[in-house]
Amino acid sequence: MTVIFILLAGLAIGCAVSCVYQKNALYSAISLVGTFIALASIYLTLMAPFIAIAQILVYAGAIMVLVIFVILLLNLDEEYKLSRMRYLYYIGALLGIGLLVQTFFIFNTVKKSSATAVRNTTAGNAESIGMAMYTEYLLPVEIVGILLLMGIVGAMIMARRLREPKDLRVEEKE
Amino acid sequence: MQPGLESYLALSGILFTIGAVGVVFKRNAIGLFMSIEIMLNAVNLSFVAFARFYGDTTGQLFVFIVMSVAAVEAAVGLGIIITYFRNKSSVDVDEASLMKN
Repeated sequence: MTVIFILLAGLAIGCAVSCVYQKNALYSAISLVGTFIALASIYLTLMAPFIAIAQILVYAGAIMVLVIFVILLLNLDEEYKLSRMRYLYYIGALLGIGLLVQTFFIFNTVKKSSATAVRNTTAGNAESIGMAMYTEYLLPVEIVGILLLMGIVGAMIMARRLREPKDLRVEEKE
Repeated sequence: MQPGLESYLALSGILFTIGAVGVVFKRNAIGLFMSIEIMLNAVNLSFVAFARFYGDTTGQLFVFIVMSVAAVEAAVGLGIIITYFRNKSSVDVDEASLMKN
């Protein structure tokens, strides 16, 4: 179990580093798919099969296909290095070191408390998630539904080509 | 034997760090978008790990909600990127200074 976790964690971290490091946007998108699949496998080992399937369907299936479509549609050049904003290097390095130190402290603190996995086999199947979703947490789910509707409308408004308002201009000239 | 909660939290923290550093270093708008996705996935991993170690389904429910928000973000964000590319012919975020001054 530990060996599987180490392999999957290494795959996830390696693919994430590759995603950030690659200059070509298409390569980083493919690396990101690798991260998602490794995380989905980790969810399976954490007894969350529903979330694992949803991860592959939503992230690797829908979102990344959309991203790759946009990359191919825009026909991007390779990325340049940071030129104008040199201070961003220092900010980024400081942020990364700070977050890693925080992670290390969290690791040590949680290790001392030594929480063990609860033997609860029903938590995580689709039935218990559905029960929680439509009884106790109905309001957040409804809000997410409204958010999805707003996303549909917003994406259509963002991506359409605006027509020139000719009629208005004629009226203004007169 | 299963690794403890701290291993999953460490993996989540490392992935979040990679995503945050990527957001600062990338110039490409699509690269920024993918770094944000890495950060969202790191948070999802810690949700699922807590749900497993405390035997509660709520964490997994909120992972589902985070996924929906990420899908909405993908749709609207990529729409913004396409509109920006149409106006500027590039997706370099350093050049997005229309509202400066």
